[in-house]
Amino acid sequence: MADLTTEFLGIKSPNPFWLASAPPTDKEYNVRRAFEAGWGGVVWKTLGSEGPPVVNVNGPRYGAIFGADRRLLGLNNIELITDRSLEINLEEITRVKKDYPDRAVIVSIMVPCEEQAWKDILPKVEATGADGIELNFGCPHGMAERGMGAAVGQVPEYIQMVTEWCKKYYSKPVIVKLTPNITDVRFPARAAKNGGGDAVSLINTINSIVSVDLDQMAPEPTVGGKGTHGGYCGPAVKPIAMNMVAEIARCPETHDLPISAIGGVTTWKDAAEFMALGAGNVQVCTAAMTYGFNVVKEMISGLSNWMDEKGYTSTQDFIGMAVPNVTDWQYLDLNFIAKAKINQEDCISCGRCFAACEDTSHQAIEMSADRVFTVKDDECVACNLCVNVCPIEGCITMEEVPAGQIDERTGKVVSDEYANWTTHPNNPSATAAE
Amino acid sequence: MASSHQASGIQTGRLAAADIADNFADLHPAYDAHEAAVAADRCYFCYDAPCMTACPTSIDIPQFIREIQAGHPSSAAKTILDQNILGGMCARVCPTETLCEEACVREAAEGKPVEIGRLQRYATDVVMDKDVHPYSRAASTGKKVAVVGAGPAGLSAAHRLAMLGHDVVVFDAKSKAGGLNEFGIAAYKSTENFAAREVNWLLKIGGITMDYGKKLGAELSLDGLQAEYDAVFLSIGLAGVNALRAEGEDLDGVRDAVDFIEDLRQADDLGALPVGRNVVVIGGGMTAVDAAVQSKLLGAENVTIAYRRGRDAMGASRFEQDLAASKGVKLMFNVMPKAIHGAGAASEIELEYTSVEEGRVRGTGETTRLSADQVYKAIGQSLVGQPEAVELEGGKIMVDATGRTSVANVWAGGDCASGGEDLTVTAVAEGRDAAMDIHASLMG
Ligand SMILES: Cc1cc2nc3c(=O)[nH]c(=O)nc-3n(C[C@H](O)[C@H](O)[C@H](O)COP(=O)(O)OP(=O)(O)OC[C@H]3O[C@@H](n4cnc5c(N)ncnc54)[C@H](O)[C@@H]3O)c2cc1C
Ligand SMILES: Cc1cc2nc3c(=O)[nH]c(=O)nc-3n(C[C@H](O)[C@H](O)[C@H](O)COP(=O)(O)O)c2cc1C
Ligand code: SF4
Ligand code: SF4
Ligand code: SF4
Repeated sequence: MADLTTEFLGIKSPNPFWLASAPPTDKEYNVRRAFEAGWGGVVWKTLGSEGPPVVNVNGPRYGAIFGADRRLLGLNNIELITDRSLEINLEEITRVKKDYPDRAVIVSIMVPCEEQAWKDILPKVEATGADGIELNFGCPHGMAERGMGAAVGQVPEYIQMVTEWCKKYYSKPVIVKLTPNITDVRFPARAAKNGGGDAVSLINTINSIVSVDLDQMAPEPTVGGKGTHGGYCGPAVKPIAMNMVAEIARCPETHDLPISAIGGVTTWKDAAEFMALGAGNVQVCTAAMTYGFNVVKEMISGLSNWMDEKGYTSTQDFIGMAVPNVTDWQYLDLNFIAKAKINQEDCISCGRCFAACEDTSHQAIEMSADRVFTVKDDECVACNLCVNVCPIEGCITMEEVPAGQIDERTGKVVSDEYANWTTHPNNPSATAAE
Repeated sequence: MASSHQASGIQTGRLAAADIADNFADLHPAYDAHEAAVAADRCYFCYDAPCMTACPTSIDIPQFIREIQAGHPSSAAKTILDQNILGGMCARVCPTETLCEEACVREAAEGKPVEIGRLQRYATDVVMDKDVHPYSRAASTGKKVAVVGAGPAGLSAAHRLAMLGHDVVVFDAKSKAGGLNEFGIAAYKSTENFAAREVNWLLKIGGITMDYGKKLGAELSLDGLQAEYDAVFLSIGLAGVNALRAEGEDLDGVRDAVDFIEDLRQADDLGALPVGRNVVVIGGGMTAVDAAVQSKLLGAENVTIAYRRGRDAMGASRFEQDLAASKGVKLMFNVMPKAIHGAGAASEIELEYTSVEEGRVRGTGETTRLSADQVYKAIGQSLVGQPEAVELEGGKIMVDATGRTSVANVWAGGDCASGGEDLTVTAVAEGRDAAMDIHASLMG
């Protein structure tokens, strides 16, 4: 079995699966259970300043969207940072770290955007013996209205400033957690790096309204007849998070900045994908909230099984391997030609590919009177829609048309030369190829 | 004290009331909302869906399943009822395994079709339970149509005609409506008096007068009806029963299966229904299976279906055969009745083995005997009571694609008419289509 031991910022954990700062890591009781179940590390639920803690609503704080059989696909929450006192949290963190020296314990912090506030809390956190801190610049609701969380994360200058304070008053690694509620994630990432941050973690939750109660005429979760936008997470946000991770990983200014990836990780494969896109480890919240701490067991067995199959002996072997293959659209090879192919053995004649291609794509699928579906190579543009709507996995495949053969749609011979948009004759600003 | 399985002869009360109640519970119990959502999610929303093509009433199946998925089963019910006003009964009695579900692409893909029948029941139950009738009548046309026979074909035609604004009188020889829905379908398919509830619901459209105890050939004549009505629809089913032509057919204990089933369907207390210890049912269709299974469920010890051809030729679907087997009914193939023996009452049946050559059944000469204190004949029903004027074809009233008979202004549909399988759903389709053609011809 492959060794999943992962080092992130010099912090060792037995596997790359950490619990994200959220209810699963809200207190000693949960965190001990998480470690017993096998989690490699935790980012403790975000701490606030000394004094009376924040209060949460006393009505529903979650909403969700579902797939078939009520499978939870997206979760939305209006919870705030920890509503327990700083002292108790710090005591618990100290005890837990002492009992689990081999696991990563990171403390998430969100205090007002004033140097003094950070100067006050950081020594106390340092004294717990925890392995590092994570700056919560992401929380999209409640805290942002008080000038914290996403309100800071949306202003790169603030990120840099707060990160600098942390590096000044804290000696261990500082991870800057980014909000996705921005237009270009590379700006906050650069700010974190410029402020001396050791790593970024992303994404925090996405501003969202998951559903509307059509009787009460109010967003859900509805508290006393009103609702507010919450933070969206779970499997539905993974594609958004992956793109943001990849953007940072391939940006020349931040490509060397370690990334802890968060957002929809539910199985080993989600983790492997994030790590291939450059993440050093992953953090998980919704999957644990949906299924309990035991979900990590499948992540562990799945990842090591796949690593064994691939011959990877350490997570380091595949981290970032997909990054060089993430490019801009303009560099995609326009001479690469493919055609959809329907495997008649597997086809169950549902006609979905036909409906999709006929109504919304390129009218490239033929339907016979006896429901045999075939691709018309002279019409198919290889858009892949039929592959995506076919209910039978692997029934429709995309077959590359090898160089030298004729593309029946254009009547042209397929070239083996790479050619992209930048040099295409239809591009008004094309730069002539040498 | 309840007598046991083994008590000999024909006995009442072989099982305790609770066991009987269990035995006759719904064959396919209703889905709850979550089960329905999960089942509906399995539908692929096929293009030009093969399930729909396979439905004799052409219900838009992907559409109604999508409406269930999206949480409005009452629209789903409307989609169903638009095509098939007895969609509730059809959801219970259709041999879906040879109709829509056989054609479902998931049957091809994994041998597990979308459970269309149960989803249809889920949707139609919502409307039936609320007791709302989602249709209203068009302005009166002043035309009068007589429907003879209040089975599925007649009810379907009557509803459609009433909806289109015609005044309809439905005559039936019996004292209740429903036809075989009420008197024939197995009890575990139509539980809680569903057939009667559905008729009451259907009649809410208005404009339909029920006239019972009126038999064509006795109280009614075609000439009389033609004189009084603008059009006549015949839906008299198959009221005759084929004879066995075996020695001993007249012994006590030998009966027509449909009579037994009718008694059973009309019984207030199933425990009071007498059933034999050893029951043999002759035949291979749905009626044979229903008589055999229900005998078993009433507590008979040994029940055998004796069919003169091989399994593949059986009219009852594989699902029905397996249902019988699962209830402990023994299926015997390639045997035909030679004689029934007994002193006054049946005690034994003598069966002769058969071979089928070029489609013809021949006795091999070899015989076997089974104990039999009850023998049910289920070898097919036949047309009786049809007016002389109409031409027949293959023993049924000859009709064209829209149900026109050889006599002007007279239509026919359902089991009594040529074409189509003898199924509830086919009867509904034929009734509906004839109604549309009657409407076109009356208004044309
Ligand atoms: C035991 C049994 C089980 C069955 N099980 C199923 C099943 O599970 N699924 C399925 O799809 N199909 C089943 N069928 C077949 C189905 O019941 C019939 O195909 C369907 O009922 C035909 O409808 P219909 O309206 O043509 O005739 P019927 O339902 O037979 O109705 C005919 C009506 O006409 C009346 N009538 C008859 N003669 C006269 C007359 N001379 N004057 C006035 N009224 C008259 C009768 O009283 C009756 O009300 C079964 C049939 C039987 C016998
Ligand atoms: C109820 C709830 C509370 C959360 N609270 C915090 C928090 O206090 N601090 C923080 O940094 N992130 C918080 N998050 C965000 C998660 O840590 C994580 O970034 C996000 O849920 C995406 O990961 P996931 O898709 O695995 O859930 C919270 C998420 C949820 C669902
Ligand atoms: S790849 Fe696109 S164009 Fe080609 S057959 Fe499929 S849906 Fe049609
Ligand atoms: S979507 Fe797939 S299974 Fe359905 S008809 Fe097309 S190729 Fe066949
Ligand atoms: S064939 Fe099956 S999957 Fe396709 S529409 Fe009909 S019920 Fe749905």
